[in-house]
Amino acid sequence: MDKTSLLVAAVYFVAAILFILGLKRMSHPSTARAGITWAGFGMIAATLATFFTPKLGNLDLIIIAIFIGSTIAYISAKRVAMTDMPQMIALYNGMGGGAAAAIAAVYLLEPHVIRPDFRVLATIGAIIGTVSFSGSLIAFAKLQGWMRKAVRFPGQQYLNLVLFIGIIVIGVYISMGHTDLYLIAIFFSMAIIFGVLMTLPIGGADMPVVISLYNALTGLAVGLEGYVLENPAMIIAGTVVGAAGTLLTQLMAKAMNRPISNVLFSSFGASSSGAEDEEVDGSLKPIEADDAGVMMAFANSVIIIPGYGMAVAQAQHKIWEMAKVLRERGVNVKFAIHPVAGRMPGHMNVLLAEAGVPYDIIYDLDEINDEFSKTDVSLVIGANDVVNPVARTNPDSPIYGMPILNADKSQNVIIIKRGKGAGFSGIENALFYQDNARMLYGDGQDMAADLINAIKAF
Amino acid sequence: MMELTGLAALYIFLLAAFTGYEVISRVPVILHTPLMSGSNFIHGIVLVGAMVALGLAESTLTKTIGFIGVLLAAMNAVGGFIATDRMLEMFKSSKENKRG
Repeated sequence: MDKTSLLVAAVYFVAAILFILGLKRMSHPSTARAGITWAGFGMIAATLATFFTPKLGNLDLIIIAIFIGSTIAYISAKRVAMTDMPQMIALYNGMGGGAAAAIAAVYLLEPHVIRPDFRVLATIGAIIGTVSFSGSLIAFAKLQGWMRKAVRFPGQQYLNLVLFIGIIVIGVYISMGHTDLYLIAIFFSMAIIFGVLMTLPIGGADMPVVISLYNALTGLAVGLEGYVLENPAMIIAGTVVGAAGTLLTQLMAKAMNRPISNVLFSSFGASSSGAEDEEVDGSLKPIEADDAGVMMAFANSVIIIPGYGMAVAQAQHKIWEMAKVLRERGVNVKFAIHPVAGRMPGHMNVLLAEAGVPYDIIYDLDEINDEFSKTDVSLVIGANDVVNPVARTNPDSPIYGMPILNADKSQNVIIIKRGKGAGFSGIENALFYQDNARMLYGDGQDMAADLINAIKAF
Repeated sequence: MMELTGLAALYIFLLAAFTGYEVISRVPVILHTPLMSGSNFIHGIVLVGAMVALGLAESTLTKTIGFIGVLLAAMNAVGGFIATDRMLEMFKSSKENKRG
């Protein structure tokens, strides 16, 4: 190994350490910002070092590609609203999967550069990376609202199975050294279609799990291509992300009480599957902001349950302002966050943090669920499926078995909602029809402002 | 880069996987989204691989694929970093807010 190679290898080693330490620092709110900065330095160092790789050609192309990619990503990431962050993560993740697949494609098409025994790893990485690429793009389109319906057709799962077997067969053939251009083109096309077909039938409510899964898959693909390139920084960073992402996916699936296999292979959140079309007894009872304000002003305890609707209405600042007014009156205000509220676990926490809500009044499902029965008012803003009691009562419901926040057990429930539509999963919400529930129709931000005025009036 | 034997490769895989699992397992729920974003940024290291791949591409086809690879990887790395940093920045201000 010559001196330059040794230097590059040393920088990669340091980068790998920075990634791991950075991830570790990200596990505490106080050190998290430093964590991402450390990882960022690792990335810059590794990228710069790569320019010194011996016999690196096409430097002009490399620099142009980095410049274009960085510029697009920089502008889009700076501009995107916090509410749209989950789909951007899905998008950038898909890019990573695509890049891993591209590496595999180059190595398979330039047969003299790859160690034959690593061809099989390149192929596996290619499959995983490509599926993550096209799957993430579909997840992005769904969250972005470009694709609202879960697409499903008869025999879809059989088609997926046939496709999957086909990919494996061709993959085995390719790893044996048959790197024919057309074969490889068919191979990648099939993997792209497979990723699309796998993601299309998955409903919006399951998207966090899916994005997390694709994040883990991209990590794995990067790790596998790292072996092909014999690049320890890629191997370690990719594998660490693969493992971490798998754990995160499990945590999320557990929070929803849905095995990952169910998320991927069953019809969840379909507006066409029938179970959620059933009638719910009772009627929706509207309430005016004045009355709702009085109810909360004279309550001992209020639990606020935010959901994605709050994010869409950008109401988090107003809600926190309202909570502060209530706290000044001596009302015990808490925030309850369902693990999958919003579009990703922790999404609501990010938004409440943005508004300035302190951590110590934000509670998890497990921490707060027993308190609802002792609570005077639950204020649901923009949340729907995560407070739907049919998850406990109706075995036919697609969300049956998912742990929910027990808002229905509190004395009064006020639901701020823009219209009468169902939740993201398309399921009718039995909570809204309960005797103790009142609907406050209107834009989240406007209603919060009205509530503040109503509370201050007393 | 460096010669990897099969067994050493397997060891690296196991240890790295274990590290990832351990490091994440202590993360509070509130940081899950930034963390997913952060780990999304870290697999942006695929950029160095894409650079090497493009660097050895010879035909027009592989150059094109390699170019796309580097472009996508750069988006992964840069976008992932900024998204994560923007989220964590808010957490910092919230903590200060809490202290005050």
